[in-house]
Amino acid sequence: MADRKIRILLAKPGLDGHDRGARVLARTFRDAGFEVIYTGCHQTPEQIVGAAIQEDVDMVGLSCLSGAHRYLFPEVARQLKAQGADDITVVGGGIIPEQDMQDLYDAGLTALFTPGATLDSIVDWINENIKPRA
Amino acid sequence: MEELGKKAMAGDIRAASRLIRNIEDDIPETNRAIRHIFPYTGRAHVVGITGSPGAGKSTITDQLIYTMRQREKTVGVLAVDPTSPFTGGALLGDRIRMLRHAEDQGVFVRSLATRGSMGGLSRAVGDGIHVLDVMGKDIILVETVGVGQQEVDIINHAHTVIVVLVPGMGDEIQAIKAGLMEIADIFVINKADREGARKLYKETLNMLNSGNFPSGWRPPILMLESSLEPHSFAASVEKLCDKIDEHYRHMVEKNQLQERALRKVITEMNDALRSAILEPVLNELAATGEFDLMVKQLMAKETDPYSMAEEIAKKYMNK
Repeated sequence: MADRKIRILLAKPGLDGHDRGARVLARTFRDAGFEVIYTGCHQTPEQIVGAAIQEDVDMVGLSCLSGAHRYLFPEVARQLKAQGADDITVVGGGIIPEQDMQDLYDAGLTALFTPGATLDSIVDWINENIKPRA
Repeated sequence: MEELGKKAMAGDIRAASRLIRNIEDDIPETNRAIRHIFPYTGRAHVVGITGSPGAGKSTITDQLIYTMRQREKTVGVLAVDPTSPFTGGALLGDRIRMLRHAEDQGVFVRSLATRGSMGGLSRAVGDGIHVLDVMGKDIILVETVGVGQQEVDIINHAHTVIVVLVPGMGDEIQAIKAGLMEIADIFVINKADREGARKLYKETLNMLNSGNFPSGWRPPILMLESSLEPHSFAASVEKLCDKIDEHYRHMVEKNQLQERALRKVITEMNDALRSAILEPVLNELAATGEFDLMVKQLMAKETDPYSMAEEIAKKYMNK
């Protein structure tokens, strides 16, 4: 029977090895019934975009705690667009100051989750906003 | 849908990954795309990599990709990880070992979840191989889930099967049991710097010494030492690559590719019949609530599964 499943790529761009949060999310998404491709730390935007396209994901989740989100997040969104893949939703999480948020949204990020966001609220957001692309 | 097939054949990565997604999600119109590409399949060398969880399949796959790219071959990878039997979700983590190829246009890596398949693969593997094949990949590496003794479906899809063993998994009797140990074209003993590797080598060797090889191919045993020693690891995988090529040449020279192709075709025919005949019935039973009703009756021991199945068969098969 036809069964569309939500596929999510989780990645940590840049020089940031703090992946506890990303791992907790990977586990949470698995338990929420999503298929999660976990690609870990130290990745370039090129690697992330290449993987997202080959894996045909519905969403890319980026985690960054190093402060480099202002460059790395928009770069992923820009490269997806350049490849004609801006139908893939880009979501970010990490230590993101309030004043950076509008720039990130303008650059193509759809949602941002910061410390304090509950796991349930993230899963609920995905169930509401991410539809497996037909 | 045919359009997706055509684009994938022209090397369009988005179309190919979309097509594999549709195969996984079991979208009915996908059959049309497969129909379109099927006549062009059968060109690539399909190599299966199987073994227990944590044996090092992904790490070996990564190094194989590297070596094959050095030899100017294009590579497609299907990496299978398990689906949760409870939530239907999955954590696909094989790719994390293969990141260094992410920007190489000659490499296409796709992670697949088993979605309930029991043989160590996903149902999408058969057609997924066809997609990578018509994309023009020279070599297709299929990494199974971490398997036990019995998950041997890879033999129905690969020309060359590599079984990865690690020390410390049991005694000599394990080596002569049926199942996994029978399907290897090449044995790899990984983590061979660990204690017990020599013993495992001898046990595997003894097992082979008491066998006969009607195909004329005696599976070689390769020792791979720690991937933390990059130079010796790379050199060992070079040898593995040579053996893979050698096995393929052997199959071609002895006309044995046809036998493997036959296994694949039979598997595909069985799968197609099942999805054309059995699945519509199961879907209808589920939709009408009959299935739940039957389960209740069984739980109450009012009837047995065989009588029930006979009844359903009578209803759907006109004879």
